[in-house]
Amino acid sequence: MSYYFAIVGTQDNPLFEHEFGTSKQGGDGVARFREEARHMNQFIVHSSLDIVDEVQWNGGQMYLKHIDRFHNNYIFCFITAGSVKFLLLHNPDTHTPPNASSRSSAATARTSAYGQSASTTYNPTAPAVEEAIKNFFVEVYDVWVKTIMNPFFKLDMKVTSPVFRGRVAAAARKHL
Amino acid sequence: MSSSRPLSNPSFNSPQSASTPPTAPAVRPPAPSGSAGTPQPGHSGLRYPSNRKTIYDRNLNRSKNAELSRAAFAYLFVEMISYAQRRVTGIADLEKRLNEQGYPLGLKLLDLLLYRSAPSSTQPPTTRPTRILPLLQFITTTLWRHLFSRPADALERSAANAAEYMVSDNEPLVNSYISVPREMSQLNCAAFVAGIIEGVCDGAGLKTVSVSAHWVGEGDGGGAGAKEGMWPGKTIFLIKFAPEVIEREEIMGGKGG
Repeated sequence: MSYYFAIVGTQDNPLFEHEFGTSKQGGDGVARFREEARHMNQFIVHSSLDIVDEVQWNGGQMYLKHIDRFHNNYIFCFITAGSVKFLLLHNPDTHTPPNASSRSSAATARTSAYGQSASTTYNPTAPAVEEAIKNFFVEVYDVWVKTIMNPFFKLDMKVTSPVFRGRVAAAARKHL
Repeated sequence: MSSSRPLSNPSFNSPQSASTPPTAPAVRPPAPSGSAGTPQPGHSGLRYPSNRKTIYDRNLNRSKNAELSRAAFAYLFVEMISYAQRRVTGIADLEKRLNEQGYPLGLKLLDLLLYRSAPSSTQPPTTRPTRILPLLQFITTTLWRHLFSRPADALERSAANAAEYMVSDNEPLVNSYISVPREMSQLNCAAFVAGIIEGVCDGAGLKTVSVSAHWVGEGDGGGAGAKEGMWPGKTIFLIKFAPEVIEREEIMGGKGG
């Protein structure tokens, strides 16, 4: 399972990107998007912003849950009070690329071993998954508020802090 | 005015090391390279404070109830006004500059105060204001309490224009030590607070045309007697929402908060 996480500012400009894989079920936390589909992630996430614009006014919830789907990619969204969007693309595909030589063979073997059984039973829109993703978003929101408290941080500024990235990666390891 | 924004104590370690001259050269080199846990500090050129704590290590509720001395605020505010007054073309321009100084504060306070209004730190907020009324209530209670330790005195909707709302404050704290010269009697330095309100509204996605601060009895033509009344410094913050916000409000109706 692979994830692509993006923070999008109020002008629909990307502020932060992070790619990671699952750490549950013995995953090693490395994203395994198909090489030929990887570049599509940004487009898929960007296109889901239209749906965010529509659903964000219904009820005023911050966590908008599962909002969009493109083939086997599921988009989850969380919108902060300041209208900054956290978008998570979730690809439950456990496929391993044929040229996996660059990665450790042990990790590849493990992924393919549970891949067959997991892909048939796994449901990316199940309440348990939504809850796990919510916990991830909430933890990122905490770090995000700390980021914008920086007096030098201006609206829609890119986040380059390695500490921020480390915190997001830690939240991803913990919940996803 | 309470000082709850975590001002950056991190990222400047040079003053501390400068205060201990003999050991400073020996102490500083290990600082960027040491301590695991954070991803390659030396690699990014990021400088860490000597206690290794960044803003990400601070609890957001830490300074929740901390207050700033009024004298310190008054001193800083006077400096802000005189800074804004440089090369200014008129009263409207000066008020615009004060407004711009408050604007980023509003954007940030919206997120921070919603975060802090959560029932517990383990249960962060799940909703945000998306309608005009909940947002204005947030401004008059939560925001006002945070800034001035008391709620605003009144919240009204303009009878003449459905897109205009008025928040009134009988005695704005920011104006308490300011006496406006006679030739500038139109000037209201609470434009700074108006800027904070504008930031909150815009941040929440409810775009405003303008938010301005007015003395009561002027501009609106609302009776000269109010000036000599119980609250000589009474100020009204006039919030004008953009037409699309009003339109959306009508379409969405009472659905949701």
